[in-house]
Amino acid sequence: MDEPNTDVIQGTLDMLILKTLSLEPMHGFGIARRIEQISRGVFKVNPGSLLTAFQRLERAGWLDSEWRQSENARRAKFYSLTRAGRKQLDVETEDWTRRSAAVARLLRAEA
Amino acid sequence: MSLWRQIRYGLRALSNRAAADRDAIDEVAHYVELTVASLVARGIPPEEARRMAQMEIGNATVLREEVRSQGWESSVEALHADLRYALRRLRAAPAFTAVTLLTLSLGIGGTTAIFSAVNRVLFESLPYPNANRIAMIAEVASSGARNPGTFGMYEGLRERSRSFESMAVLKPWQPTITGTEQSERLHGQRVSASYFHVLGVRPALGRDLLAGDDVRQGPPVVVISDALWRRRFAADASIVGRRVSLDDDLYEIVGVLPRQFENVLAPDAELWAPLQYDMSNQRAWGHHLRTIGRLDAGVSMDQATRDVSAAGRAVLDQQHPVTYDPNTRFAVVSLREELTRAVKPAMLAILAAVIVVLVIACVNVTNLLLARGVERRAEFALRAALGAGGGRLVRQLLTESLVLAILGGAAGMFIAAAGVRALVALSPPGLPRAADIGVDAPMFLFALGITTLIGVSLGVVPALQAVRSDPQRDLQGGSRRTAGRRRTARSALVVAEVALALILLVTSGLLLRSLRHLFAVPIGFDSSHLLTVQVQVSGRRFGADSTTHRFFDQTLHAVRDVPGVTSAAFTSQLPMSGDLDEYGTAFEATVTQPAASYSAYRYAVSPRYLETMGIRLVRGRLLDEGDRADAPRVALISESLARLRFGSESPIGRSVTIGGGPGSAPFMIVGVVGDVRQVSLALVQTEAVYTTATQWRWADNAISLVIRTRGNAEALIPAVRQAIRSVDRDQPIVRVATMDDLVARSAAERRFALTLFEAFAFAALVLAAAGIYGVLATSVAERTREIGVRSALGASQLSILALVARQGMTLALAGSTIGLIGALGASRAISALLFGVSPLDPATYAGVVALMLAVASAATWIPAWRAARVDPATTLRSE
Repeated sequence: MDEPNTDVIQGTLDMLILKTLSLEPMHGFGIARRIEQISRGVFKVNPGSLLTAFQRLERAGWLDSEWRQSENARRAKFYSLTRAGRKQLDVETEDWTRRSAAVARLLRAEA
Repeated sequence: MSLWRQIRYGLRALSNRAAADRDAIDEVAHYVELTVASLVARGIPPEEARRMAQMEIGNATVLREEVRSQGWESSVEALHADLRYALRRLRAAPAFTAVTLLTLSLGIGGTTAIFSAVNRVLFESLPYPNANRIAMIAEVASSGARNPGTFGMYEGLRERSRSFESMAVLKPWQPTITGTEQSERLHGQRVSASYFHVLGVRPALGRDLLAGDDVRQGPPVVVISDALWRRRFAADASIVGRRVSLDDDLYEIVGVLPRQFENVLAPDAELWAPLQYDMSNQRAWGHHLRTIGRLDAGVSMDQATRDVSAAGRAVLDQQHPVTYDPNTRFAVVSLREELTRAVKPAMLAILAAVIVVLVIACVNVTNLLLARGVERRAEFALRAALGAGGGRLVRQLLTESLVLAILGGAAGMFIAAAGVRALVALSPPGLPRAADIGVDAPMFLFALGITTLIGVSLGVVPALQAVRSDPQRDLQGGSRRTAGRRRTARSALVVAEVALALILLVTSGLLLRSLRHLFAVPIGFDSSHLLTVQVQVSGRRFGADSTTHRFFDQTLHAVRDVPGVTSAAFTSQLPMSGDLDEYGTAFEATVTQPAASYSAYRYAVSPRYLETMGIRLVRGRLLDEGDRADAPRVALISESLARLRFGSESPIGRSVTIGGGPGSAPFMIVGVVGDVRQVSLALVQTEAVYTTATQWRWADNAISLVIRTRGNAEALIPAVRQAIRSVDRDQPIVRVATMDDLVARSAAERRFALTLFEAFAFAALVLAAAGIYGVLATSVAERTREIGVRSALGASQLSILALVARQGMTLALAGSTIGLIGALGASRAISALLFGVSPLDPATYAGVVALMLAVASAATWIPAWRAARVDPATTLRSE
């Protein structure tokens, strides 16, 4: 029996992280949880990809990070969106919308 | 903005690695914890939840590393880690590191130093425009000896030859400068007006010497060097036209030469005056000038030689100068070749020797790295098994090789710089252009490059092997395999090393024996406890010969009174000092022989000269106080000249005419004395005539005192100087040296070559021994198990010792055999440097082979002994 593919679509992880953080600052596990919940389990984020993506996005200047007490009183790294990150989210969202619409059109035409 | 962030984050991570690590650990741990908590919240038992979280996240350490390896700083960290690891590995193998570094630095440094010197002296063109057109005109007597030129011949050649743009003659000049400052004796040259034109140099200030300056009774003018201008005249820009007092005459400074001007014909010279040659006093045919010329464009040295030979022959046929050997040949030789003629064979041999050392060094490095590669196979297999990629391993090894190369190169640079300094200090006096030899940068880079290339290309071999091979097999231990082929390669390299070392040993052995023979040559006088001082008269006060004679006589008496002096005398020409004063000696026809003339050294001496020097009287009598100017003119001739002219007959009572021209009346031969080596120990040319100074036609203006002392000759130098000053404090003392030093200096080139050859041969011997030891030690380490099995099966310690020793001695014997063949060729190539020793001298060959085998057996002994002590139980249990 094949398990359904829960991999995040290639190249969209950055956008999903930015989108999730546009609502409120969050730590890594929280972001993974949120993506899983909102996608209703369609996407399950790989922890390795997620944590390395934070490093990359922070270096790019789209995220800021801060160590804070988390709900279970542990030291946790919270990420928040910067202004540049917000702009980047807009760009990526528009790009994605354009391309997914094109894919949807192609699929309809085929049918 | 984001670039700035990149740098800032990277630097923060680098500067506080601990904090960066802790952050990554905490973030991952926090993630794991929340994952487990969320699973527990869903009702999964904690144990199971922990397992599931682990499955989802994978290896936490790997994840941490992945997080940390983001960003550019991680490659800096990797390099840093590689460097630290490389240094740790090199420290862990101190013997390997020390031997490799020593090999590299000696190879790089030695080659660079020698090449820098050889290139400068032999190959670089002289520092003049179109320097390849500057030639020296040499006269070669039928005996093969080179004679200095004469003014008469210069005039004749200038008139008749068609090959030269300009020609010049020159002779040394040592005027004493007096005036407001302290008086000082300077080195200079008397030259034709065209001298600077021949060299292609123009004064930076003022004017060149002009043809009008260079005539008898011409104006007293002088051109000075930049160095003298700065030292003595404070670089005064208005110097031209100023008068200076030289030897009591006022000279007008007409020009200053450019700073970069290098006077290769007399490196110490600081001032130049026109020759203003005096043709009147019969010296026109005296051999005491050097002749140079600038060839017309497009004329080859061969063409010029033919042209000059024809012209010179015509001059001789027309003038019949008595000072000339009628069979004199002429040669036009490039000035650079002429200057380096004496040192060239030694320099080339030294260059060849140091190249051999470099090759041995390369072979040794190759061997060391190959051996180390074998030793480290297990280490690399382990690292490959733990997940290190091929690229990572190669990078690690490259780092190690480069660290070695950089350290070796740095040490090599020091050795090169020190070597160049030592070379200049050690260099024989005749080495031209030696003063400003510097480290040759291209050569240093070449030597560094070639050794690094070897290091890098061989260094990665173990990494490639580790990646390709099956790690499990390598991890199980090297002893089970036989490393046949690689050991063959290494053995071949050791054989090559031994062969090359043997060649160097044979050649330096031959040089050593040559030098022994040379110093055993009978010099013709007693050189021990003999101090020599050259004194000169200068200035107008010595216009009359009688004044000069009186001054030298007074000086001699003052020196004789110095306590510790047993006897003293003087001579116009001192053996072993570089003095060269040859005259034609003409003998009348006798009943049995026609008239003939021979070239001979002329000595005008004080009466007790021969006794003071300890020159042997063969027959007749010596010169004495009675042989004054007004007495009948008498001469002594050397044994070789007597034999040449009279065979077994007695020359006593015969007459000889020395030199030609008006006023050259004959001398009666009253005695025959022993032969003396004049030029050097090696040059067997001893024909000589002696007269008293007062009976000679003119007073020589420079004489050498020879002072026999009771004790150490050197200790008397201050007292002797003081005594000479007391006679006339303005007359310069030119040269002070013990005769032993002069004799040693005449063999300086051979000694120089020998010193370097000994150093190289020693280095080669050590490297070859290290090579043999390295191969055997690795081989024993590889075969520990095999040896253990052998001794378990009953092989005695002695038979195992023999097993390893045989392996080592086979290498040494094979190398020695090949080396002997090479040495036969090499020794013939250095035959010009040998003296009294055949290039095939059996004693040298036998001695060298014995030495090589002794060193090889010493190098074999340690690994063989180690092999014999292998405990079979321990070895077999460890598997």
